[in-house]
Order: sequence, then structure tokens, then C-alpha cells
Amino acid sequence: MSATLHPIEVEVNGKKRSSQVPARLSLVDWLRDELRLTGTHVGCEHGVCGACSVMLDGEAVRACLMYAVQAHGHRVTTVEGLTKPDGGMSPLQDAFCETHGLQCGYCTPGMLIAAQALLDANPRPTENEIREAIGGNLCRCTGYQQIVDAVRLAASLVK
Amino acid sequence: MSAYRYIGKGRRAKEHPRFVTGRGRYVADISLLGMKHIALVASPHASARIAAIRVDAALAAPGVHHVLTGEEFCAHTDSLQIGVDAPKVTRWALARGVVRYAGEWVAAVVADSRALAEDAAELVEVDYQPLPQVVDPEEALEGRILVHPEHGSNILYRRKFVWGPVEEAFAGADHRLSFRASWGRSATVPIETFGVVASWDAGTQILDIWASIQMPKYPDQTARALRLPGNAVRVHYDVDVGGSYGVKRGIKHTVLAAYLARRLGAPMRLIEDRLENMRGGDMQGPDRVFDMQAAFDRDGTIRGLRIRAVDDVGAYAGRSPLQLGKPVGAICGPYRIPAIEYEPVSVMTNKTPQEAVRGFGQSPTNFAIERTVDRVAQYLGMDRIELRRKNLIRKDEFPYLIPSGSTYDSGDFHTVLEKALAAARYPELLVLRDQMRKAGRLAGIGIATCLEPSGGNSAFEVLMNPKNETTTWMDSCLVRVDLSGSITGVINNSSSGQGHESLVSTVLGEVLERDPSTIRVVRADSLTALPSNSPVGSRMAIMLGGATAGAAKRIKQALLAIAAHNFECSPEDLEYRGGDISLKGVPSKKLSWEALVEIAHRKFHRLPGGLEPGLQASFVWEVPTGGGLPTADGRIQMYPCYAFEAHVVLVEIDPGTAKPSIRSYVCGHDCGVMINPDIVHGMTYGGIAHGIGAALYEKFAYTAEGQLASGTFMDYLIPSAMEVPDLTIVDHCTPSPLTEFGQKGSGEAGYLGAPAAIANAVNDALSPLQVSIEALPMSHHAIWSSMKERA
Amino acid sequence: MKSAAFEYTRAASIGEACELLARHGDGAKLLAGGQSLVPMMAMRLLRPAWLIDINEIAALKFVAAENDAVRVGACTRQAVVERDSALAERVPLLRQALAWVGHAQTRNRGTIGGSLAHADPSAELPLVAQVLGARLLLRSSKGKRTLDAASFFTGAMSTAIRVDECLEEIEWPVWRESRTGSAFTELCIRHGDFAVVAAAAQVALDDAGRCVRAAFGLAAVGQTPLAFPKLAAGLVGSFLTEDLMRAAANDAADACEPGGDLHASAEYRRHLAGVLAARALREAHEKAKAA
Repeated sequence: MSATLHPIEVEVNGKKRSSQVPARLSLVDWLRDELRLTGTHVGCEHGVCGACSVMLDGEAVRACLMYAVQAHGHRVTTVEGLTKPDGGMSPLQDAFCETHGLQCGYCTPGMLIAAQALLDANPRPTENEIREAIGGNLCRCTGYQQIVDAVRLAASLVK
Repeated sequence: MSAYRYIGKGRRAKEHPRFVTGRGRYVADISLLGMKHIALVASPHASARIAAIRVDAALAAPGVHHVLTGEEFCAHTDSLQIGVDAPKVTRWALARGVVRYAGEWVAAVVADSRALAEDAAELVEVDYQPLPQVVDPEEALEGRILVHPEHGSNILYRRKFVWGPVEEAFAGADHRLSFRASWGRSATVPIETFGVVASWDAGTQILDIWASIQMPKYPDQTARALRLPGNAVRVHYDVDVGGSYGVKRGIKHTVLAAYLARRLGAPMRLIEDRLENMRGGDMQGPDRVFDMQAAFDRDGTIRGLRIRAVDDVGAYAGRSPLQLGKPVGAICGPYRIPAIEYEPVSVMTNKTPQEAVRGFGQSPTNFAIERTVDRVAQYLGMDRIELRRKNLIRKDEFPYLIPSGSTYDSGDFHTVLEKALAAARYPELLVLRDQMRKAGRLAGIGIATCLEPSGGNSAFEVLMNPKNETTTWMDSCLVRVDLSGSITGVINNSSSGQGHESLVSTVLGEVLERDPSTIRVVRADSLTALPSNSPVGSRMAIMLGGATAGAAKRIKQALLAIAAHNFECSPEDLEYRGGDISLKGVPSKKLSWEALVEIAHRKFHRLPGGLEPGLQASFVWEVPTGGGLPTADGRIQMYPCYAFEAHVVLVEIDPGTAKPSIRSYVCGHDCGVMINPDIVHGMTYGGIAHGIGAALYEKFAYTAEGQLASGTFMDYLIPSAMEVPDLTIVDHCTPSPLTEFGQKGSGEAGYLGAPAAIANAVNDALSPLQVSIEALPMSHHAIWSSMKERA
Repeated sequence: MKSAAFEYTRAASIGEACELLARHGDGAKLLAGGQSLVPMMAMRLLRPAWLIDINEIAALKFVAAENDAVRVGACTRQAVVERDSALAERVPLLRQALAWVGHAQTRNRGTIGGSLAHADPSAELPLVAQVLGARLLLRSSKGKRTLDAASFFTGAMSTAIRVDECLEEIEWPVWRESRTGSAFTELCIRHGDFAVVAAAAQVALDDAGRCVRAAFGLAAVGQTPLAFPKLAAGLVGSFLTEDLMRAAANDAADACEPGGDLHASAEYRRHLAGVLAARALREAHEKAKAA
């Protein structure tokens, strides 16, 4: 079938990345396999688990439900891009470590993206708003308790 | 609890920084040069003969290197191991002549990318001749349609155990009741599917394996199936595993990928996609019907139990039938019940195979026992908490020998229950419940008091298969102190989020009195590893904790020996503090940690005779109370340490829509000394969430034709942060007399009691309608159907 | 679960999209938010030869208030509509319904038009369109035409959109009555899941509290979202007593033909239809009284 490659230019974590991609290559697969940004994970490939969450132009989306070619001309932020410019952990990443908001770490990048997107739009979320914001990210390890604690802690730290 | 410097204190986990920065290393992150990708062709039929497989079109597709079918694969590899004595129930990763469940893998396509492999998989043509299928376990018991005809029946295991005076108990008791409870097929379904990368090095003749694995004897079983010597297989344990909670046994995937790697001379990657995982990953859980009978007196004393448990393991089995055996170690729950009859029956049907799930059968059993206790209370008109208080084993009765041969090491069940009730503000909760009822809503409180056996003495293997005389359940740790004085601990298994690196560094830090944050923890591979039986059975705090402490103590002994030799005194005259050693009463006579390390590594002339140069120690040990064989009537010491949990849950059911909501959740938990409380709490919260899923949402549902109806995340419903409520854990500590620090295991905490508690809560909510639900999951529809019965 | 291969074009304009549709016929599918389409492609349940990406067509993304309606471009993101407070004041049912639609991440990508064109009988936005009598503008290279919601939804997952047409905009009617109240309610198993049954209602009262206008409907109880204009008309002129609302809800439940599936039997859905329609009416009434 189609061997056509589409040229794309995407700003990923602040850096311009150029590539030639088949149309059917998903955004998450492109990030992981070609850019070797393996922090974003694949969990279901049908848009339910949220492990693949990234930010597209600052908003949280499921990278398994987008094709890489669609990201041309847009800005993508992955978990690797959440760290501070000096490479240090963001307040949110640090808060996850402080409250033990993770165990196996597999859903964690998606959770961080969803939570950071929440805090970017709503710096003082209620518990219910936190739960709703991560409601599209499934976790099997934590029961969500310490994740909610982490987001609450991070919110309290941001002036 | 300040007996300890590091143990029991809150501290950050070593593992977390790499995960929150996206630097974990999961199997799908591993990319080898020349690596090829595997996709599977799966059977659409639950039962059929394979008449022909045509692979030409697939082979001609772009990027395809090979299409493997069962004919070749099954001739060159050995059938996978089964835990019970059923040699005719053979099993390979690819079907051999017949398919026995919808989703069974029939062919494997190897291509340059997963997408190309999937394209080609669609081009493989298989001619099936459908055969009769059996999907209902009761029907399977009758045996008219056989899943494995050579085995002669569908029953993999059946035995009736009678422990204690059961006949007399039932004859002599004031009352009896009986009912049926069923535990629907669900599983812990990790967000990461199973994956394996296999690479055969023709130069060294070593098979390298990286996998998302949690399985005892994995390298050994892989080697055996591939007809390789054990030392030809090198499993890399330093792969991060994205959750397992029992299920990631992946042996069939591994043998398949490894075979292809050797066959084609290229590294192979097999990562299940979610569809393959749900239907063909063979990771579904217990699917059990309990027929319960209780004999009890009018004062509430439970005299005896009869438990018949029929478990549907699906079309093939590995360790799954053994999940009927583990509960033998806690068959009477936390109660003083002197007479138990237990009849486990493991039966096959044409469904996806079952695999080990968190608790290994204990959670379904706890659910059945707790429903029984609530029913006894209801029958007598007695308060459910009072009934439990009466029958719970008392603190002064430990160690307590149960009729099936296990001794419970320690416990204070009454106190944990009281703490849970207090934290839940039980009297107010009752008032709240009654207010809700007055306002026309359905509300119920559920109580469950359950055991979490821990330590992983897998004596059920011998119990259920006398031909298997395995009684060694070991674990190990290697500790090195290098020339610079840095400490490294080596773990001999993979981990899936349990915080083992934190565990080891904390224990090493405690014993050697060195800062855990300076201690590095790495993992061996299976060629360099000491023996380990994997993190199963809530065993690692006990076994890895114990092995680490043992190795650390040996290091400490060596240091004391060096100091004693250099001070020309005996070790009793020395004081060890923070790694420095000085002569008691003469603080100026001191050898610092650094100086001691120097002597050990470099100054042979100052080393005591007989002490090996360097500073390292390994420790391998057997599970406490292990090593025994069962008696003729099936009594055996199972797991050594018994953790305990008391759940108090308030559930509301919308009377119009039947929607259940959990309004309040408290779990009292006692796992002895917690090495890292945050990690223990985390796993307990997670276990409760798993339990909520099993109780209310999750089911691998099969049609009458054996088709999996809930094979995606759109229909298999995993609870989100909106379904799991705010959870409160209240701790108690009854140390175990069997372990180094008094720790018990807690990897299965929460999951072992939550379904029982929620079932009891829903039934309490429905009790004014005089209806009950005894089948999990209690879906919205099931709750509504039940409510309708009343009307 | 990798999609089967397809050809892809990013359409720069509505015209280009229509041209491509005309050229490729039923071999092409429009790609908007992708939240429903891409999972089906990943599972290879759908394998269009061509995907025409309309996400970058600015002319399809707008919210324009008119006198009696609000026009929304088909590719407007659900999250944008959800956040638009002016829109929420004029067509409150939209924000109320969107609270039940998926999750924040799916609403960031999912579009208003995409949900309508997908026409899942259990979906929330089609129900709102049906209840309010939204008008849908369809564009092709031959011109344009407008359909009302009732004609637009033709069956489960099917609409009157022709093979060469693109949904361009949706006109949501605004009720000018000052005492208007609306409500959307749903039974879904987990937050954000598909509706087992959903209900929407909107009523308007005069100063005396008499109902002067009413509309309500149900989703997931038929092949399309169902509105009940005759039953709603029966409520006009009344004071919307509990008995009347309940009777209308029960009549609606009796009139629908729900199906059964893994999560709910037809009987359960019929029961839910009555319960939820009554709740939606009740809540709409309370809001109207407070307006």
C-alpha cells in the first residue's frame, strides 16, 4: 500500500525536529521509536489508558490517537520536556517523588502530563478537579491516592 | 517505633527519580541492532481443528522474514510446564493441530516492523474445522466435550480435604446454612502488556532475554523448553516492569521469541498489543464458584466450614490450578474454626488460560469466607462485628495452628479491627447510613477481616502434585563494599514497582549503619545471580529483606573480625558505630570505615587469617518454617507470616439507576514492621483499587460461543481516580517472630480484603429489600437485576 | 494495533477537502479529532484508503453568536466549546452535556462536528442536537445544504452525510425565553464512559411558572438519539408537576426500543430511560424556576 513518506517539522520539548514519516505512524510511536523519547509509554493503543499522554500546543492529548504527520507545525511536550532547563525535576515531578505518587512508573509520564496541564490551567485545583483531570489516566499500582497527594502538594508549592 | 534508624521511617524511593523523568527502561525501550518484530495470528474459534495454514501471501508481503506455525515450533521445543500432574495437557505458544480457545496463537509473523508484521499476519490463511466447545465449567465437569481428550477429562485437579472433626461439627451445631458465591474472571491487567526481547549470540552460544517478567524459575523453564542447558540462558533482571501483580509469567511468549531468535539469527521483539494481551496473553485470573456451608451455634461460634471451590482455568494451565492450593494456608481465615472440609476442583474450558493473580487465590477465598460470616450473622440476627469479635483468633492464642496445618505466626486481629472502626468513626457511619436510608437511598456498610499470608512458601506445589517434591523457597542478596567504601547490593530478580531497591538500601543502611542514599542497588542477570524465587506471594520484605540483612551481617562480622585482629582483642570488646569500630571504653582506639575497607581490600598483612580478601558477602536462605512435606491428609505449613487487614466501607446505591458509589473507605492494616511505610501504603492503596475493580467493574466476559466480549479497555473496565475514592489506611504493628526486623509481607495488601468488604457493603445496602448478590463483579446491571427481584 | 496503511492529505481548505472527497468517494474518510476514528483504525475495524485531515482548516473552527442561534464550526474542539462561557449562557445544554463526554484529553482533540458525524446512538452531543433541533450545514464541491437534526441522524453510526460531503457547521438554537432551564444526566459505568442511557431536557416557564416551551430526549435507547416533541408539547401549559414529568418520562421510556449489550439489558435501559428522563426534566425545571 502506501509507502509515501510525509515531511514533518515538529517542535519537541523546545527543539525543532524534522523527519519523514509514513502516514500511519502514530505520534507516540514516532516519539518513541524515531526520536528515542521513550518516556512516553504505550498501554492500549485505543485511547483509554492515557499512558501515551503528551502535550500538544500545551494541552494534554493521547499520542496514540494522533498520527505523527498531524503534528507537523505543532509543539509537542513529553515527560522529558517537563524537567527544568537545567535538567532538574520540576516541582510536580519532585512532588511525585515526595508523596510516593508512583510505583512501577509506567503510567507516571502520562499522569505528569495530565497533572501539569491541569496546574497550568488551574493552579488551585480541588481534590475533585485533580481526580477528574487524571480521570483519563489509568493506574494499577497506586490506587491514585498518593498521586492526588502529589498534585495537591505541587499546587501548594507554586506561588 | 524508633528502635530503628532507617527502617520504618518515611523516605523517598530510590527508583522514583528515573521514572518521573521518563528514564525508566522497560522492555519496549530496548532496541537491538537488527531487531525484528513479531505479530501473532490468532484463532477466531474457541475450538477447532487446524486443517491447513497457507503462508505464501504473508511471506511475500513487504518486510517479512518468516512465518512460523505450530508444526515446526512444537516439534523443536518442549511443552511448557504445568503445576499439577497432568502430563497429557500439553501447551506451546503456538497451537498444535487444534485450537482450544478464541485468541489462541496459531502462527507468528516476523517482519522489519510491528506494523508490517501485522499487515502480513492478516494475509496468513488458516482453514479451521470448528469443533464442539465447552464454555460453562459445570458442563465441563460432566466431560461430554473434552478440551484435552488425551487427558481423559476436563478436571485437572480434584481432592477433598477433611481437617478436624467436620462431620461432628455439622451434626452437633445448632444451625447450618449453605449458599453459593462466585468470583468472576478478572485479573490485575497491568498498563504495560507483556513483552520480551530475545537475542541469540552464536559466538558465545548465549541466549539473552529482556522481559517484563515476574515469574519464578523463568530462566530455567525457558531453557528447558528450548532444550538448552540452564547456563545458555541469560535473563537480564534490570528491565523495569510496568506492573505485574502476579500475571506476567510470559513463558510462552519467551520460548517463541527465543526460538525465532535462534532460528533466524536475529534479535526478536514480541510486545503484546492490548488485543493480544487480553485474549491471548493467558493472563486472566481465578474464575471460581464456591459452594459454602457453615455450621454454627446460636451464640455465634462457628464450628465448621465446608468449602467446595470449582475454578475454571481455561484451555491450558501453567501454575493456575495451584491457586486453589495456596488458600489452604489460611482456609479458615482469621477465625477459630476447628473443622474444615475443602474440596478444590480445577476444570478446563475453551477459554483463555488463567494465570497467577495477586494473592494467588486468597482474595476469592477471603470473599467467600467473609460472605459466609455475614450470612451467619444475618441468620442469627447478630451484629456482624460482634460475630467477628467472637470468632477472631485472639492475640494470646498465637502462634495458632489451623486445621490444615499452617501456623499463624502472630497477630492482634481485634486491635486492628478496633482501629479500623475508630478511624471510620463507625457509630457515626451507622448514623449516616441510616440517614441515607431514611432519605430513600440505599446505603450499606461492609466489614471484612481477612488474612494476607506472606512469605511465599509455595508448599501448595507439593500439596497438589506429590510428584513435585520442591520444598526450597529461597532468596538471596549479594553485598559488595568496594575499595572506595561504597556499598552495592545486588538483587537477583526483576521488580515491578515494589520498591526493592529502596528495600535493600534501607536494610543495608540499617544493619551497616550507613546512609541508604549512598547505597547503590543493582541487579544481576540469571547467569550471575544467586538463587531467587521472584517477588511472588508477598515474600520480598521477608525474603529479600532477610537475605539482605543476612549478607549485611556477614559484612559487619568481617569488619569486626578485622578490627579485633588489629586491636588484638575479641569482637565482644568492640563497639560498631556508623561503620567505624572502636575499642569499648577506649574511643581513641578506632578504625574508621575507610580504614577497615582499606585493610580488607589492600592490606592482606593486617587481615585476620581465614578471612577472604575484599569485602563482600552473599546470603541465601530458605523461607522460615519451610522445608516440610504435606501429611497424608494434606496438612502442611504454607506461608510463614500472616499479615491482617480490616476493611470498613460505606457504599451508596442510587435507588433509581442502581449505580454503586463508595462513600467512605478505611483499611486497618497490620503487616508487622514496615521497612518503608510509604511503599507499603502505596501497595495497599493499589490493592484496594484492584479490589474495587474486581468487586464492581472488571470481568473477562465470555459469550456462549467462547468469544471474549470484553477484550478491550472499552469493555474491560478498570477503575479510574473517579471510581476509587479517598482511602484511609490505619496501621498496626504485630511483629513477626520469624523475621529479622519483625516484618511481614504486604505485596497483596488491600486486594485480599477489598472485594469481600465491598460485597458485604452492597449486600448490607440491599438488605432492606431482602435481596442479595453473591457474584462478583457486582455490576450496575447485576445490582439492578437484584433490586428488581424484590419488586 | 497499528493502523493499516493509508494515503493522507492535510486539507488546507473546506474546498480542498470536498474536492478530495469527491475524488476518492467512499474510499476516503475525514479525520477530525480522531478520538473515535483512530481507535477503530488501530483495531483495523476501519481501513480507509485515504484520510483527509481537516484539523488545520481554520474556517471550520469558530463560535459565532447570532440572534436565535449560535453557529459552531464543525472542527471546533469540544474543550473550546466547554470553556466558552458566553456560549454556555446561550446554549447551556452543550456545556452540561460535555461534562459527560470522555476526558479532558479527548475533549482537547475531539470536535463538535466529529461527534455528530460519528453518530454513536449513545453519544451526548447528538442527543443535544436532536433535542434542540440543531441544524447541520453540509458542504460539497457541488454546493451546500442544511439538514435538521432529525433528518441528519439516520441510524446507528450513520447519518445523511453523502460520500462527497463535509459537515461544515452546526447551528444550535438559542431559547430567548428568560426563564429557561436545562439539564443533562447520564448513567455511565465509569466517569467518562459511553452512556448506558443519557437524558437531556430543556424547559422554559412564564412568570407564573407555567411551562411555555419544553424539549427532552434520550440517548442509547434506539438507533439514533431520540427526541420526544409530542410528549414535550404535552407538558406545555402545565406547571410541570412531579406526576406530569414522571408520566412524560415513562411514556418516553415505553416508546423507545433499547438494545442489550454486555453492560446493560434492554430492560435495564428502558428502566433507566424513565428514571433519567424524569431527572432531567426535574432538574431543568428547578433551573428554570431559579432563572
